[in-house]
Amino acid sequence: MLNRKKTAFSAALFFVLAAPAVLNAQTDEDAIMMTKKNLCIGGTYTHGSWDHYWEGTFKRSNQNLGTVSTQSVMLMGNYGITDKLNFIVGAPYVWTHATAGTLHGQHGVQDLSAWLKWDALDLKAGKGVLSIYFLGGGSIPLTNYIADFLPLSIGLQSKTLSGRLLVDYQVGNIFATASGTFTGRSDITIDRDAYYTTSLHLTNRVDMPNTASWHVRAGYRSNWLIAEATFTKSYTLGGFDIRKNDMPFPGNKMNATMAGADFKYTLPKKWNALSIVGGGMYTLNGRNVGQAMSWDAGVFYVLDFSHKAKKHNTAGKKL
Amino acid sequence: MKRNTFCLAVGAFFLLTACNKNVSNHTDGLPPLAPADQDLNAGNWKPVLLSRPDTFAVATPVATSSPLYVADLNEIKGLQARLTSDQRGQIAYWSAGGVLRWNEVMRELVAKYNIPPYQNADGSYPIPNAANPFAYPNFPFSNPPYAARAYGYVAAAQYDALVACWFYKAKYNRPAPYKVDSTIKAMAGKTGLSSYPSEGAVLAGVTAEMMQLLFPDEIANVQQKLEQQELALIASGAATRSDVSAGEALGRQVADAFIARARADRAGAAVGTPAIWAQYVTTAQAAQQTPWLSLETPARPPMLPLFGKVKGFLCDSATIVALRPGPPPSTSSDDLKAQTAAALKQIQNATREQMRIVQYWADGVATVSPPGHWNAIAADDFVRQNWSEVRWARNMALLNMAEMDAAISCWDIKYFYFNPRPTQMDPNIKTLTGIPNFPAYVSGHSMFSSAAATILGHILPSRASAYQAMAQEAANSRVFAGIHYKVDCEVGITVGANVGNYAIKRAQTDGAE
Repeated sequence: MLNRKKTAFSAALFFVLAAPAVLNAQTDEDAIMMTKKNLCIGGTYTHGSWDHYWEGTFKRSNQNLGTVSTQSVMLMGNYGITDKLNFIVGAPYVWTHATAGTLHGQHGVQDLSAWLKWDALDLKAGKGVLSIYFLGGGSIPLTNYIADFLPLSIGLQSKTLSGRLLVDYQVGNIFATASGTFTGRSDITIDRDAYYTTSLHLTNRVDMPNTASWHVRAGYRSNWLIAEATFTKSYTLGGFDIRKNDMPFPGNKMNATMAGADFKYTLPKKWNALSIVGGGMYTLNGRNVGQAMSWDAGVFYVLDFSHKAKKHNTAGKKL
Repeated sequence: MKRNTFCLAVGAFFLLTACNKNVSNHTDGLPPLAPADQDLNAGNWKPVLLSRPDTFAVATPVATSSPLYVADLNEIKGLQARLTSDQRGQIAYWSAGGVLRWNEVMRELVAKYNIPPYQNADGSYPIPNAANPFAYPNFPFSNPPYAARAYGYVAAAQYDALVACWFYKAKYNRPAPYKVDSTIKAMAGKTGLSSYPSEGAVLAGVTAEMMQLLFPDEIANVQQKLEQQELALIASGAATRSDVSAGEALGRQVADAFIARARADRAGAAVGTPAIWAQYVTTAQAAQQTPWLSLETPARPPMLPLFGKVKGFLCDSATIVALRPGPPPSTSSDDLKAQTAAALKQIQNATREQMRIVQYWADGVATVSPPGHWNAIAADDFVRQNWSEVRWARNMALLNMAEMDAAISCWDIKYFYFNPRPTQMDPNIKTLTGIPNFPAYVSGHSMFSSAAATILGHILPSRASAYQAMAQEAANSRVFAGIHYKVDCEVGITVGANVGNYAIKRAQTDGAE
């Protein structure tokens, strides 16, 4: 089943970070697979906001921004190509707002992101099951939204390519998952033809450094309920700090440490194609990002295109 | 297997779209400056400040047969025998043109220092202090008027220094090292110019010396660039160390004359005082007008309110007063109410193309500023002209004196009328770029762009209509952004052209046409 998550709401967590580097959708960050020929579709609403941010390592507020909020509605699909290979795709509509100052909020369709998830190995280990997954993903902007308007831009316009390794261990209904991700980001083109980072660049192309992150989650997992705590650290592998009283810029070095919790509830009996999800996250520490608090809620429905009645997903996980 | 190839295929597709290219400056690969005409009589052109080109003495160079000169040649040969790749890079970089490269250095300095100070704990704002430039906020805050003055002084000083340089080149006629000794390679092309004093070293000396006044924190960094250029000049075979020393000394002396003028040009008092800031409010209220208010939180004092009193290069103070247009619509008038409503409607329906135009011309915080943008436009066009360094400097000086005087006129008008931004009249007007902390009428972008387009259109007539179109787009960008009334931009274009015409008058009489 699909348990959607933060995705492009990094806008809340970071100034903005395009998927899938922060496509922390539970499906691409969890050890659950759709069974063959099952399609899970649904949507999630996310709200994130911050009124403090890190200018480099200096935490401050900005009375000319007030509270910056990012909201999004994301539509997602997860299709079981086989029991061991899933294809996940999603795209959000994002809108931003600042409660103070005069800057105009932005809104629009952001990036399309997609993942291929391969359950490479499941083996008995002790009393439980150890699983190893490989994921490859990418994202591409769907519209020509403005990137160089942080903190109110809805995305960064970079095309990305990611690789992730995910390891999961479950004993009974208790589980823990750990994953590491590397994301390559393409350079972007901005509207102005000169900009200053640590020197003056006479070009409209901006170098976008790659990013990396690691993530753990642990909790309770069964066919009808998942409840977990999450922890993420993400890093930008390069870039520069926001200078004192300057505005943020897409090429900044954006790092964040975030903690949160999610749940997914699958309705009982004949309604079990439907599930509701929800969760929240808080930025504990960061660099050139907002100290964001976000929450989300969503609904998902599974369509079974196979001709046999079977379980919708492998969350039960018995070997 | 099928799933593996599928994975690979998807991966490859995304790889193509996600590839990282090395981002470089668009002026990185320029060829050496190869002027069609070296303007050998430029020593007769009219300087800006110097009363005569030989105001500062340059000693007769030693003969090319002298052992001192032979030692200079041996230094070049020694460098050329073991040129490092870094040195080759420096030769290539500086040979594209000294005026061009120092203009890029100036733009970088302006962008580096163009950030408004962060507030104190009590909500007041610290002011950069030239007497203590390394303390936060570092001196200077190179906002648009400061930047216009910085570009103006450096460009004018470079021009006067090169006029003097050309005077002495013609007087002493010392051949370049690669002409004296055929074993010396001309690595930056053969200019046919006499090498004493070295024009590259003159430019380095002028600019480095001006840092004492304009960017005191950067004296050390700019000195390093001077040394890089001087080594490149010598290693390229274009100049000897004696050519370079004489050039640098001449440049520094010319700069000192400009620094003396600058210290008395009233820019130092442009910040004003709290009493002066309060006076603008009471004056506006006495005229039944809503006074300008800072839209920043905490409220920030108005930016350089007395900059309109700075001594211009082209326009004296009487001319600045004569350039003043009539008032904007009264803040209580129906006309202004209608313009405010139009501004709200514009911002609520902004298109992506309008946003692009706003961002392209914004030139706000942490940028080269609007005059800097026009320097970049001019530089790109000047590169194609194959002018001599002295003509480059003359044209950059005309542009930047026009921009400095446009800043003076613009700030004179802004603080004469002290009128509000649209968002002050209607807080529903949100903006697509930050609102600068000074009154609206007239638009600085419109004035800078129109003045620049006017003088540049005179220098390059084939580009005149393109420049006018760019200036109009720059003016429009401020209306699209929601930060100006249309009248601010329309009148700004007109007054800017008037300022530009003073630059044209000078251009027609300076001996270069």
